[in-house]
Amino acid sequence: MDRRDRPALRDPRWARGAIFVGGIGFLVLFVVLPLATVAVEAFAKGFELYLHALNDPDTISAIQMTLTVAAIAVPLNCIFGVAAAWAFGKFEFRGKTILLSLIDLPFSVSPVIAGMVFLLVFGLQGWFGGWLREHHIKIVFALPGLVLATIFVTLPFVARELIPLMQEQGTEEEEAARMLGAGGFRIFWSITLPNIKWALLYGVLLCNARAMGEFGAVSVVSGHIRGLTNTLPLQVDILYNEYNMVAAFATASLLAGLALITLAAKSFLEWRYADQLALTRR
Amino acid sequence: MTAMTATAVKATPDAAQPPFRRWSVLPGFGPALGFTLAYLSLIVLIPLAALFLKAAQMDWASIWGVLANPRVFAAFRLTFLASAIAAAINCIFGLVIAWLLVRYRFWGRRIVDALVDLPFALPTAVAGVSLSALMAKNGWVGSFFAPLGIDIAYAPPGIVVALIFVGLPFVVRTVQPVLQDFEPELEEAAATLGADRWVTFIRITLPALAPAMLTGFALAFARAIGEYGSVIFIAGNRPGLTEIVPLLIVIKLEEFDYRGAAVIAVASLLISFALLIMINILQRRLGRHHDRG
Repeated sequence: MDRRDRPALRDPRWARGAIFVGGIGFLVLFVVLPLATVAVEAFAKGFELYLHALNDPDTISAIQMTLTVAAIAVPLNCIFGVAAAWAFGKFEFRGKTILLSLIDLPFSVSPVIAGMVFLLVFGLQGWFGGWLREHHIKIVFALPGLVLATIFVTLPFVARELIPLMQEQGTEEEEAARMLGAGGFRIFWSITLPNIKWALLYGVLLCNARAMGEFGAVSVVSGHIRGLTNTLPLQVDILYNEYNMVAAFATASLLAGLALITLAAKSFLEWRYADQLALTRR
Repeated sequence: MTAMTATAVKATPDAAQPPFRRWSVLPGFGPALGFTLAYLSLIVLIPLAALFLKAAQMDWASIWGVLANPRVFAAFRLTFLASAIAAAINCIFGLVIAWLLVRYRFWGRRIVDALVDLPFALPTAVAGVSLSALMAKNGWVGSFFAPLGIDIAYAPPGIVVALIFVGLPFVVRTVQPVLQDFEPELEEAAATLGADRWVTFIRITLPALAPAMLTGFALAFARAIGEYGSVIFIAGNRPGLTEIVPLLIVIKLEEFDYRGAAVIAVASLLISFALLIMINILQRRLGRHHDRG
């Protein structure tokens, strides 16, 4: 609906100006300028030094670590999201509301606490600390701990995109396939998956952005061992604390680039496949 | 954030109470729910239980001993105060931005809309380093305030700035859909009855948006209380002055004082959960209101 045809809805000129300047100004101050700062600081000493800063063995191993953690955490949360959406979206059962709110729980837990709980379970003083030590298995201050903390904080992303969508889509198509004799996996591959594929991609995008960018939870369980358990955000922290600004911001620019690509892909999905995303995204 | 409660509406069983679940021809309920619950328990519920057990091992006197420490008290006061200020500022500007995006048509609106979500996508450590460079005395923004004797970075205002950044999308994204669905006829009716634009806004539009603004405020507030990454770079982290609760937990962990860390963590979690329950009650009321309307 075009608001211009509704004169009663037109704000006075001064109000329109104030809202425009206030809203855009706020976004420029808190969103555009920080982004610009990353770019300017990263290239402050020229393009060559930027590349040189990224070509550091510790930074490269941090990139590898970040990719490894995301490559494990995101598919697992993806499987969890699909399973949860199948159970919650296609069936009616008692206790559903409470279980649904439990899936959202990680969003209301501080990242620091998300990392800390794994120290309490797997750390030296923790429940399994002694046993793990005897069997020479390292969980915290090693890759498994980083993966666990990342899974914790990114757990809801795929599920919360798929559950409302699959509830909304109902079960008629799947039931028809069932009547025609299709088995469970056939129904999923031929009916459900094509219906949810863009929402699934949407959830994976958000999950991945958070998995690669997580700082607090990972910081607690990583132990900050250079070249071994450092992810990209932790590497930014280390370089920044060493006052190595060009390298810190060069590393940060990789993560900022990832954020911008995620935003662009997300906006594209919202625009192109709006009808195939959950109602809340349209 | 509203997605989950919206989905929950369907879950109410029919008047005749069914057994555990309504019968369905579709296969896979057992494995899907079983996997979901096992995964959720292993990753989230059991580790969180470990935290509560750790804190419960202590008697009241030692719990009080941890929490009554002036440094701990200062951290709690700073965290909640800064979070509330940041959420309130986001509440006002969130409404302004939502209004801009829904009511006005201008070039680049889509880009502005996408940029609102940047704080969700940008890693908090990146936000932290860039905001502190921006707000430092020699930074683009900080240099305007330095001559006035106002420090932003490495002082409490810097913490508020970081928390504004992380909470920015919440109010916009809760208000936007409500404003989109708001019947313009109501405002037109007010106009025909002689109300000017401002009176219409205060008496008609704002009350309709207030529940969504409140929900957005609570979400931004809850997020801010737990925020770590973006704050520690800009805060300066001086004990008792610019030290936030999540940092205090990290410091206790680094000193291997796991019990002290657990007590502080449980205290801040319980406050966050209380907030979340309030959000849920609010949203349920909002939903009822919508159904009737």
